[in-house]
Parts: sequence; structure tokens; C-alpha cells
Amino acid sequence: MLRMASSFPEEVLEHVFSFIYDDKDRNAISMVCKSWYEIERWCRRRIFVGNCYAVSPPMVIRRFPEVRSVELKGKPHFADFNLVPEGWGGYVYPWIAAMATAYPWLEEIRLKRMVVTDEALELIAKSFKNFKVLVLSSCEGFSTDGLAAIAANCRNLKELDLRESEVDDLSGHWLSHFPDSYTSLVSLNISCLGSEVSFSALERLVGRCPNLRTLRLNRAVPLDRLANILCRAPQLVELGTGTYSAELQPDVFSSLAGAFSGCKELRSLSGFWDAVPGYLPAIYPICPSLTSLNLSYATIQSTDLTKLVSQCQSLQRLWVLDYIEDIGLEALAAFCKDLRELRVFPSEPFAQEPNVSLTEQGLVSVSEGCPKLHSVLYFCRQMTNDALATIARNRPNMTRFRLCIIEPRAPDYITLQPLDDGFGAIVEHCKDLQRLSMAGLLTDRVFEHIGNHAKKLEMLSVAFAGDSDLGLHHVLSGCENLRKLEIRDCPFGDKALLVNAAKLETMRSLWMSSCSVSFGACKLLGQKIPRLNVEVMDERGPPGSRPESCPVEKLYIYRTVAGPRFDMPGFVWTMDEDSALRLS
Amino acid sequence: MSMRLEHDYIGLSSEVPPMESSDKKFSAGGLHLKATELRLGLPGSESPERENGNSQLNIGVHCNNSGSSSSSSSCCNNNNNKSFVLGAKRGFSVAIHGGSANWVFSGSPGSEPAFSPRAANAGKVITGSDSVPVSKDGLPQSPKPIAQEKKNQILGVNGHGVAAASKAQVVGWPPIRSFRKNTMASHTPKNDDDAEAKLGSGFLYIKVSMDGAPYLRKVDLKTHGSYTELSSALEKMFSCFTIGQCGSHGVPSRDGLSESRLIDLLHGSEYVLTYEDKDGDWMLVGDVPWKMFTDSCRRLRIMKSSEAIGLAPRAMEKCKSRN
Repeated sequence: MLRMASSFPEEVLEHVFSFIYDDKDRNAISMVCKSWYEIERWCRRRIFVGNCYAVSPPMVIRRFPEVRSVELKGKPHFADFNLVPEGWGGYVYPWIAAMATAYPWLEEIRLKRMVVTDEALELIAKSFKNFKVLVLSSCEGFSTDGLAAIAANCRNLKELDLRESEVDDLSGHWLSHFPDSYTSLVSLNISCLGSEVSFSALERLVGRCPNLRTLRLNRAVPLDRLANILCRAPQLVELGTGTYSAELQPDVFSSLAGAFSGCKELRSLSGFWDAVPGYLPAIYPICPSLTSLNLSYATIQSTDLTKLVSQCQSLQRLWVLDYIEDIGLEALAAFCKDLRELRVFPSEPFAQEPNVSLTEQGLVSVSEGCPKLHSVLYFCRQMTNDALATIARNRPNMTRFRLCIIEPRAPDYITLQPLDDGFGAIVEHCKDLQRLSMAGLLTDRVFEHIGNHAKKLEMLSVAFAGDSDLGLHHVLSGCENLRKLEIRDCPFGDKALLVNAAKLETMRSLWMSSCSVSFGACKLLGQKIPRLNVEVMDERGPPGSRPESCPVEKLYIYRTVAGPRFDMPGFVWTMDEDSALRLS
Repeated sequence: MSMRLEHDYIGLSSEVPPMESSDKKFSAGGLHLKATELRLGLPGSESPERENGNSQLNIGVHCNNSGSSSSSSSCCNNNNNKSFVLGAKRGFSVAIHGGSANWVFSGSPGSEPAFSPRAANAGKVITGSDSVPVSKDGLPQSPKPIAQEKKNQILGVNGHGVAAASKAQVVGWPPIRSFRKNTMASHTPKNDDDAEAKLGSGFLYIKVSMDGAPYLRKVDLKTHGSYTELSSALEKMFSCFTIGQCGSHGVPSRDGLSESRLIDLLHGSEYVLTYEDKDGDWMLVGDVPWKMFTDSCRRLRIMKSSEAIGLAPRAMEKCKSRN
């Protein structure tokens, strides 16, 4: 160590480390020796906490005293689908409170699936003088009052992104709290808000911020105001329209078309709520340069969609409703050779019968025609093993593959067999697969395939699949890089979990709901493995009031160095040594 | 399997059925349970029978004797006086039973307490070991799962008029985010000039608070077609807010029982279901037709009936003035 210290002064090492951004690399550096650990921790500026309960704010602050950017994630992913009841947790306030004193120079806060209160927002607004970036992704618990505090106080704010958060929308007045002297806005995403902001305030804000490159409006912004906004910001790179519907009027159309043509840098479009086909041609001039197109709220039909995508030869990302149908996807495959990511959402997810002609064939076409396609989310109503195998062979470069067949446990609709072999082909051919969501009728065999082949898999989502504990065992014992596993409605019980208990400490988290894991097994896990929080969620009352063999409703297990948490609601119980004794 | 006899906080015993069974309806261990059962019910009607007993909290919401979606503004006479303390025409009583907290309040006669054998099963997909599809739980009345999206509800509201899907749906399936569901559900027909419908198309999830409960719940009004369905959803949601059950964890529930709560319980105080409408007024749930209710409801609150006195007359007046 003496040799190291004398050969490179600290300042030099620090300078070298400043070029290293990736967390994994930084973690590796910090493990070389004690002095590197010390130097590194003083110069780490950005931290990412994938599970806010895996560590506590004081622990983070103690190790990394000079942080400028924090990213936190709270609730489990299945919270997106209402599987996590309200009040579960994920409160950001304790973090903000701790950082308010420890990190006065904090610049960036990015949160996902956390509960953010107005109090927290107000604390952010007054504690961090150089605050620049606030991204609230799928968060909730705050109102437009909190946003007003941010707008009024954060003089150096560059980015305010509320993507898909649930905001208590009291009024649109908050936007007017940006002072007239405020000009540093670079990115604004208010697409999740319901109420109308003052359009003149919006236009003035847009007009005085020369660095604005991302603007995602909300549905309440009418189409006839869009042209004015665009004309004030021709430098925009990313735009989300408001409602894309109005009576067809030639003057409105021509000013809109003109405004779009003026935005030479525009590469990404979204919004398009209530889109009427008559106004689509307004964007034709910029289609050839678009790299990202989100039409997933646009209820336009296949013909118009096909015409549109056929002009987007540079398209890399497309999000669209299943109105595009197989025929539109064939056009996509033919014209958009640079496509990397495709998401097809269902227009009528609760209908019994298909309302559009979108089948497995559409996805097969895209997999054939788009050599760079590596990320897929596809909702459909039928699938075959053959189609999956074809997709797998066509696209061995697939890294994210999420398939959802609307009907749970749907078999191969031609052979009526389970889809084990189809997904088996996916994991076999796509050696770099990082994320997989499966669908349809699946037996333990598919899990055997996954355990054998999916060596790079990091996240797996399973629903209504498998026959026995063997399925879970295959995954836990075979997938070396597994970090997140979420399971619902599968016949997995105690055995696989207990046998693979050590594996759980190598993962970020495991979610199991409506499975067959007994309360007794949960207690055992909680007792055996100290650095795991085993949380049982049960709205029927304390698990101790039922037999030990009784399956728990929901189970969330995650590794942590912070011990059990204390902000749990009444329907969540931690299984650890102490509580296990208390509850039994 | 043998039954476990459990004693609840106030010494009433009841049978807690084993988890595996799902079909049997269990009657109360003694008549005293029925008599003290508190039900959330509108006049003249009872909570829908719940053989599978998925709920531990019984909230029945009906506007008139027919028991299903309410019609017109007729605020029908209460011929079931036991349930109502207010002197108001309607009120809701809350029955909380099942599990280990079997205390119940005064109830409407004729309604049987239904204990929940396996709350988790109700309405949700039965776990794979059963290999039973969702819709076939073999019960005469399949319970409506909470927060279920029903195509007929969503499309009915939108006026698409497609035939309703009768199959019970699964929580959180298909896996679509709430934001997307809400946005798609509120797509207005092209010729709808209702500006408010377009602008206020945000979220259909309504916050529900219950006096004394530590935190809010949310319910998606659009997924229910009637007061009946709403009531079952609320029952399920608030069933865990029994005495002392929620609160500091690790502390056995019994210790959390406070004296005042016990007094409430013993004196049979009831809860009423109220909502805040678009004008900011608090009204009793059940007075207006269902559709009008969902259009104007901004927030729900299960409040103590003692606090709700005075609501009813206003509600009726408003109700009348609307028509």
C-alpha cells in the first residue's frame, strides 16, 4: 500500500477515477485496496440504489460524502399492475431529509415507484441551491402544490420529468410559478397531468428557454395551440403533443405543418391522444428523421399507421397500439431497417374476442426484417412454438423479450401444446438475453430450458406457469446472473426456495404472489439468512393467526444491509429472528 | 380438516374454516354474532350473499329494494331500520368478520355472516396447484374481485356498446400500467363535445379513506358497474382495518385495542360511506344513479355515522334538484 501511495498522489488517482462513471467499475475500483476505497468514495458523484430498502440514507451518506446525483427505486415492479396495495412503502422523505443536510450541493434526483409528498418536494426546493434534475417515474403522493414549490425555487432547474406519475392535480397554476427570470429549462415532461396549464404561461416559458430540447405536453393542450409552441422552440429534439384532435381546418393544418417543418432537430414524437388521421400528414415532413415514435395512445387504424411508419426510415423505437395489425408490422419490417425496439400494446385488453388482426405473424415479420431489433414488448392473443422459434433464430441478438398473451395459460393455438419449446428456443438462441417475460401455457420444462441456457438473464417475470417446485428450482439454480425474479399465480412452494436460499442473497429481489409458499417457510428464510428481508404481505390478517402451512398471499424478499424496515403498513410483516418468534 | 375455534377480541368465538376449503358457507358460532353483525347496507336490502366469503368486511350498497344498480332519485323509505342510526334514509354499516377479528356490529336481520375461508382465492386466479381456471370456482355466486377491469364497465361508460364480458377477470392482468388503463378507458367518442370529459380524463382511481384507518386505499370506479360491486371491493379493501390489526407491527393485535374503540364496537356505532362530489360537497353514497355517481365522485370516505348526521337531508335535496 505504501508503494501505491507514493507512486501516484491521490489527486492523480482521483483525476483518473473521475473518468469512470459506471457503478460496477467504481465498485471494482473501490475493492482494489483501502486507499483506493478511500479515494474513490470521496469522489463518487453519482449513486444508484435499485431498492431503497437495501441500504439506509445514513449508510450511503457515511460512505459517499460528496454525491451530486441520486437515483432510487422503491416499490416492486408488480406495483405497476396494482398487485402492491397502497401504503406498502417506498417513502422518499427520509432520504430527502438526510440529504438536505449532507448533500447541500445535490443536483439530481431520479426516483422510480416511490411515494413523494409535497413536503418532500418543498424540502428539495429549499435545500439544494444548485438543483438541476428531477425525474419522478411512476411516483405518487404529491400534488401540483409541490410542483409549484419546485418551479418557484429551483433557479437552476434543467429537467422536470413526471413520467407516468400519479399527481394530485389541483390546478394547472403551478407552471406559472416559474419566474420570468428563469431560462434554464432543458427538459419538461408533464404528460401525466390532467389539468390545463396556462397556455400563455407555457408559451412564454418555452419562448424564453433557448436550451429547451424535450417538451412533453399533456392531453389538455389542444392541437390548435401546438403550432405556436413549436414556433417558439424550433430547436426541440423531443416533443410530446397534447390532444391530437381538432376539427379539420385548413389554416390550423397548414400552420401546424409549417411549425413541424421548422423543427429540423425533431427526432422523437409522442402524445397523439385522440389522434385524428386528418392531422397526421402534418408530421410527414419530419418522419424521415424520426428515431423514436410513441403512438401508444393514438387510436388510429391500420391504414393510417402503415402509411405513417412507412415514411420513418430512421426509426429506432416504435411504441404502438395493436391497431397496427400484422399488415402494419410487415410495412415496419420493410421500411424501418434501423428498428431496435418495438412495443405493441393492446387496444382492448379485456375483450374476449380479438378486435384487430394482430397475431404472432406480425412479430415474426419484424424479427425477419429488422436486423437490429433487440427489445420487444408484445401483447397478442395467440402464439405458436414455431413462431417463437423462428423469432429466436432470426434475432439471436435479442436482449429484452416480453410477450403477453391476453389469455392466461393459452397453449400453442395450432398444436395445443405448451409453449415450452418456443421459449426454450428463445433462451437457447438469444445468448445475451437480459430480460424475459413469458406467457401462455408453460410447464416445468420451460424452466429447465431457462435454467440451462439463460445464463445472462437478469430479470424474469412469470405468471400462471409451471407445475411444481422443480420449475422454480431450475431457475434459481441455473440462472447465474439473475437479479430480479417476479412470480404470480404459479404452483411454487417451499422446497425450491429453501434449497436455494443462498441464491436469494445474490439477487436484488424476489416477488411471489398467489403461489404456495407457506408461512413456516417464510419464517425459516427470515431466520436463516440475516441479510435478507423476508416480507409477507397478507390482507387477511397476521400470518400467525393461521396455520404455519398456510400459503401467504404475497411474498417479497430482498437483500439488504439495513436490516428490517420500520415503515411497513399493517398488512406487511417482516420475517426475521425476532419477529418470527413474536409471530409464532 | 378440523376447524379451529378462534376467539376474537371481545370473546366471541367463531369457527375459522381451514384455508383449503372454499365452498362451504360457515354460519356463526352463535346467534349473538348475527345479532351484533354490522353491515353496510342501504335500506331494505342486504349485502349480497357471499358464499365464498372473500370479504371480511361487509359493506352493502343498494339504493332500493331491488338491490342492484340504483335507479332514479327515489330515496326510498327505509324499511330496515335496524341498520340505521341516523334517522337518515340510508346509511352504511360495516361488518367486519372473519379471520381472527370477528367482532361485528349491529346488523341487518336475515343476512348471514359469511366467513372467509380463503380470502386470497376469492376472485383471483386459484393457484396453479388447483389448475382451476379463474371463472370456475364452483360457487353459485362468484365474488367480484377487487379492482377488476370489466370490459362492459369501461366500454359502457365510453358508449362503445360492445357485449359485456361476463368472465371474472384477474387482478393485475393483463399487465398494463394504471396510467395506460386510465388513459385508454377515458377515450371519448369522437363526437362527444363534453370538454370536461376530455380534460378531466385523468385518473379513474378514487381515494378511499376510512376514519381510524392509518392510510388510504384506492378504488377504480370504472371497473364497477353498480353500488353492489363497489361495496364488495371496499369490503375487501378495508377488511384488514379491524381493531388493532394495523398499527405497530410486531405488536400482537390484541394489544392495540384501545378502550374507546371497544366502546364504539360494543355500542354498535356504524360507519357510513360518503363521497365528495365535483362541487366539493360531501354526500351519502347511494342516492343517485350509479353513472351520475361515478361522474361526480371525487373521493370516498368511510366515516363514523355520528359525524355524518346532517348529510342526508342535503344529499336528498341535491339529488332532487338534479332531477
